[in-house]
Amino acid sequence: MTAHTTGVPLRSKPRNTPIAASKTRKNGFLRWWPHYLSIAPFYVLFLVFGAFPIVFSIVISFTSWDGMGKMTFVGLDQYSYLLGDSLFWQSVWNTFIIWVISTIPMLFIALVIAFLLHQNIRMKSFYRVAFFIPNVTSMVAMAIVFGSVFSDQFGLANSFLKWIAGSDAGVQWLTNPWGIKVTIAIMVIWRFTGYNAIIYLAGLQAISTELYDSARVDGASTWRIFSRITVPLLRPVILFTVITSTIGGLSLFTEPQVLLGNTGVPNLGGTNSAGLTIVLYQYYQAFNNFDFGYGSAISWALFVLVAVFALINWRLVMGRREDQLGQVAPSLISRFTARRAAATKESTR
Amino acid sequence: MTVMATTAAPEAIQRFNDHEGSVARRRKLVTRIVTHACIWVGVILSLFPFYWLFAMSTQTTAQIFGFPPDLFPSNQLLANIQGVLDNVNIFQAMLNSFIVSGLCALLVMFFDSLAAFTFAKYEFPGKNALFRVLLVTFLIPASLSLVPSFVLMSKLGWVGELQALIIPGAANAFGIFLLRQFCETSVPNELIESARIDGAGFFRTYWSIGVPMMRGGIAFLGIFTFISAWNDYVWPLVVLVNPGTQTLQTALASLNTSYATNYGWVMAGALISVLPLIAIFIIGSRHFIANIAAGAVKG
Repeated sequence: MTAHTTGVPLRSKPRNTPIAASKTRKNGFLRWWPHYLSIAPFYVLFLVFGAFPIVFSIVISFTSWDGMGKMTFVGLDQYSYLLGDSLFWQSVWNTFIIWVISTIPMLFIALVIAFLLHQNIRMKSFYRVAFFIPNVTSMVAMAIVFGSVFSDQFGLANSFLKWIAGSDAGVQWLTNPWGIKVTIAIMVIWRFTGYNAIIYLAGLQAISTELYDSARVDGASTWRIFSRITVPLLRPVILFTVITSTIGGLSLFTEPQVLLGNTGVPNLGGTNSAGLTIVLYQYYQAFNNFDFGYGSAISWALFVLVAVFALINWRLVMGRREDQLGQVAPSLISRFTARRAAATKESTR
Repeated sequence: MTVMATTAAPEAIQRFNDHEGSVARRRKLVTRIVTHACIWVGVILSLFPFYWLFAMSTQTTAQIFGFPPDLFPSNQLLANIQGVLDNVNIFQAMLNSFIVSGLCALLVMFFDSLAAFTFAKYEFPGKNALFRVLLVTFLIPASLSLVPSFVLMSKLGWVGELQALIIPGAANAFGIFLLRQFCETSVPNELIESARIDGAGFFRTYWSIGVPMMRGGIAFLGIFTFISAWNDYVWPLVVLVNPGTQTLQTALASLNTSYATNYGWVMAGALISVLPLIAIFIIGSRHFIANIAAGAVKG
């Protein structure tokens, strides 16, 4: 450790730049061995368990392989089969519909909750924890609970409908194709509304209170303040939550997998495959059907879809000025990380 | 006349003000009532599934499927838990979940804080390029590597073993990025420099200056990692094929499919799987509060 003890003059002023590794007589990269060693674990793990599998999955997607037997090269056959596979397109359609009917109400309710919590009210910290707890709870357990609440015959939801509207009311939540989609969407809404509300709340707290005060002095109603001040100023935060909801929504798996797990083995999304999402279909092809080649091809199709959606969102966030992905990506990621941290911190304060 | 006018005017203003004030006060009261009503509807919808999970885990299957449904807890909780214990090795699954989540959290806290400290406070060749690589890894969706990762694990002989969950999750880009930002603002450079002048080497500086000053962020990352590892479902479902090495999530899912007719047991199992997490979240939130109070975390 003597490497760092030599030859640096004392500074009287605090410095703002990072400290350079001290100059020593050691040459070459050896001088920085502690630094490289300290960042190595992530890169080694990423190479082995991240980069290699991704490259390998391209290779697998060009083959026909059950994971054990002989791997036969089939070129682009998996992809051309994919384009004509009606079940795949149905899974894309289902995923898209569930995304639409969950994201729009979810973000709207989250905005309203954040706006209400932003008022000067008591027990704020309790409310924050109460709204955030669904987000940290295991989805498997809660999918089982929702499966019981929305059960066709005895579920709480139908009992409630019967109590209100008479004994022949009730929805076939878990057998009707739309019932399945709505139930899955409700689970998504339940889990992520509080999370998004906490993010919006963090955004609201950054808006100057003077704006609100002057609007109130001018006699603006609460709704007017909400629609004319709050929503426009929160626009970047709102677009950010749209992006994360898109990425999460396109990778939906646990909810349909557990909710419809009892409708038949293997799980293909219940009645008419109405709850079959893209990742659920990928799982079915790879691990129920042992078609590793096709499973990998589906995962690349999903990747393309996510990339397209992300690009659309990027355009919405950044406008047309910054076209270079490389410039935009880091700022977006830093925003994501900061918001995720802020949300969790907010909820526990 | 002028005398009367001057005495009447303040009274009129007073009366007018009183009226205005009571309207404003009433409107304020209505707003507050509506606000609280909306919030409480949200809170109830948010927390009701937890209550309902608890209520169902105390009922017999017949009660759960009864009409109208019984909204109140019954006395079958212990019987249901007994049923779970007799049929599924839920303690083993819980132990496995604790091992996986605990080790993941500890390893992530150590490796990520070390890397973050280096990225935040030191210069070395290739630093910017390496950091850019780290950022790019954010954009890779997890489902992309599901199939090849399984193949890799089977080649390593790790299918059905807990290290298949722990080792790949031992360091991540999210934590490094988060702690790097945290470190840049909360660890003063002068302190690192004075440590160097006092003869402390790199790792010594990290351990005695970096770690204590980043501890709020590290604790947050630890709890965050623990919760995500605890809730992880897809990857354990794929790779943990032995009944003996299931985590709580996969054990619960198989309890759900194998004992679908005995709902009381399934609900008791779900309750068991949810409780530790809620406890850790609440304990964790205390930890956060303490750290925020100490000024270590900047809100």
